[in-house]
Amino acid sequence: MRELKILGIVSFFVLLAYIGVHTYAYSIMIPKVAPADFTFKDLPKNTKVADASRGAEAFMNAGCIGCHGVQSQGFEAPMSSADATVSFGVVPPDLSTAGLIYDSHFLANLIKNPAKAMNNSHKFNDDNPHPMPPFFGSDEDVDQEIADMVVYLKSIAPTEEVSNEQVYIDACMHCHSIKYTGLLSNKDPALMAKYMGKIPPDLSMHIKSRGRDFLETFINDPQKHLKATAMPRVGLTQKAQNQVIDYMEFAGDRKKEQRESLGVKVLIFMFILTILAYLWKVKIWREVH
Amino acid sequence: MAQITKSKSIGEWLDQRLATKKLAKVMMTEYWIPKDINFLWAMGIVLVVLFKILIISGIFLMMYYKPDVDLAFDSVNYTIMQEVEYGWLWRNMHAVAASMMFLVIYIHMFTAIYYGSYKNGREMIWLTGMALFVTFSAAGFSGYMLPWGQMSFWAAQVITNLFGGVPLIGDALVVWIRGDFAVADATLTRFFMLHVFLLPLVIIFLIVIHFYSLRIPHVNNQEGEDIDFDKESEKYLKGDKKESKVVPFWPVFLAKDFYVVSVCLTLFFFFVFYYNGFAMPAVNFEPADPMVTPKYIYPEWYFLWSYEVLRGFFFDIGPIKAMDIGLIAFGFANVIFFIFPFLDKDPRVLPAHKRPRFKIWFWVLIFTMIVLTVYGKLPPKGINNIIGFISSMTFISLFLILPYITKKDAGGVK
Repeated sequence: MRELKILGIVSFFVLLAYIGVHTYAYSIMIPKVAPADFTFKDLPKNTKVADASRGAEAFMNAGCIGCHGVQSQGFEAPMSSADATVSFGVVPPDLSTAGLIYDSHFLANLIKNPAKAMNNSHKFNDDNPHPMPPFFGSDEDVDQEIADMVVYLKSIAPTEEVSNEQVYIDACMHCHSIKYTGLLSNKDPALMAKYMGKIPPDLSMHIKSRGRDFLETFINDPQKHLKATAMPRVGLTQKAQNQVIDYMEFAGDRKKEQRESLGVKVLIFMFILTILAYLWKVKIWREVH
Repeated sequence: MAQITKSKSIGEWLDQRLATKKLAKVMMTEYWIPKDINFLWAMGIVLVVLFKILIISGIFLMMYYKPDVDLAFDSVNYTIMQEVEYGWLWRNMHAVAASMMFLVIYIHMFTAIYYGSYKNGREMIWLTGMALFVTFSAAGFSGYMLPWGQMSFWAAQVITNLFGGVPLIGDALVVWIRGDFAVADATLTRFFMLHVFLLPLVIIFLIVIHFYSLRIPHVNNQEGEDIDFDKESEKYLKGDKKESKVVPFWPVFLAKDFYVVSVCLTLFFFFVFYYNGFAMPAVNFEPADPMVTPKYIYPEWYFLWSYEVLRGFFFDIGPIKAMDIGLIAFGFANVIFFIFPFLDKDPRVLPAHKRPRFKIWFWVLIFTMIVLTVYGKLPPKGINNIIGFISSMTFISLFLILPYITKKDAGGVK
């Protein structure tokens, strides 16, 4: 019993130190932020009843394909990546999957006012306009046209699952590389640095250096953790964002499954070994006690 | 010349040439350990096992690790962790064993302090143990640098910078240690050498001496009883095993150790597979970037208490800069444990619960060191500075009053 008491005291102090150094210290060093908001409720609602075929027309008239490719509909990107980077600072994303991976409410706001939706109006404003101009509409009812366009994007989006890698490529690779899976953002680093203020970090190990919890709130709205960062809010749906994080986990921690399944076996082995060791100890010490 | 006859077995053949039977007696079956001990007496063997794990996993890691600032990070986090079969296992084992090693070292150390196992003939055990602690600290520090993550770089930058506080030669010393004006490739390669060659060599050497120094004064027991080992071992050998106050190292003592080691290893493997964040902090999974200072810089958890003693003095006193006061206190903290046996003026070997003043002293020390450890990690601002200062002062004062307290406890005993 004395040994149990000693064990209790030792465990108490070890746990006390651990909670202080780990749980408590990190709770202070990484401030809590509000949970991820996938409804983007800070953005105004568009309540128009939309129609996809009208949307297709509006999409063409608005000149979207002057900058964006929509490969699934046969529209190649009008400029090479290199030329686009020189003109815009960034390559305008292909919109084939936009209706699937981005939230519709967010998309509607993005078309209307990109800097506001992306939460980077501290970077893009009247003095430094966002490379994507706000959409002012071709007739009186801008909101109707926008709603139609969003529904059009949804109607052309893939109906089946899109791979994690594809979501990552469409949503993140315009700026970020993941060299551990060979996905390099093929931009001129100097131009990238000029556009974003610095070269956006390689994300290979972010699953470990930041952790899933942090990434969940960060990707949803980077401003929450990193005030005034140049990284935009991209408006991923919860599902698409999880796919991005899963992809980052694949890049930085691809042995996770092997680790977790081997762990069970090793622990069972150790458990049996411990019981045998205990029985042996009891047998040996019976002679001397 | 030994008596060599035709031997009937390999064992006998070896015995004639190497006296293996005698050796086994001296080292195992007639190496006497007190019976009145608890599981804390097994921590030494736990440390040996953890050290073996470190050596073996380290050998495997060295096969793929590249000590070069451009390659180190990826060789660890990509090649070892994700490409090489079971590379992640060795890396996790290495990191967790290192962290656990320090935890057990601290338990081992405070066990010795609690039971008074550092005095009255056991001074050499304590001194070699402290030398091991310092060498392990150097090994831990140099090893932490190798993955070349953000904290590898910045902890190295801050810690090597401390040597700048040495009078007269400080600045030159820093450059000499780093091999460059800043922490750079030359620093990484030399710390690699220290970590994989020189320090392990010194550690193995010190472990041998540590074990040897235990042999003459014998292992202490729970009550600090002065056992007549000759008499008690004779009793044991006669078959009076229950009466005897001692047990042989093998198989009796090790049977218990083997059980304690199994429990510890079960816990160890749980950490290796499922819970290793404490051994591999998140921030070090970010590649080293000399241009970006991390928001918070802190050493590994096992250095936090002495780091906090360094930071605790955050204000200048007259012409003396805060940094210099901190450095002096830091130096004090790192040396003072060495001379522990000589600060204790009570000649009796007794557990703390039989020494009324020392008992209070001991628990205040434990508490102070935990406070220092926690505040060593917290950002140094506001109230944290004050708490850091008070606990640093408490730490230093504890050692200043130790001789008086122990003398009082001893009463008139000489």
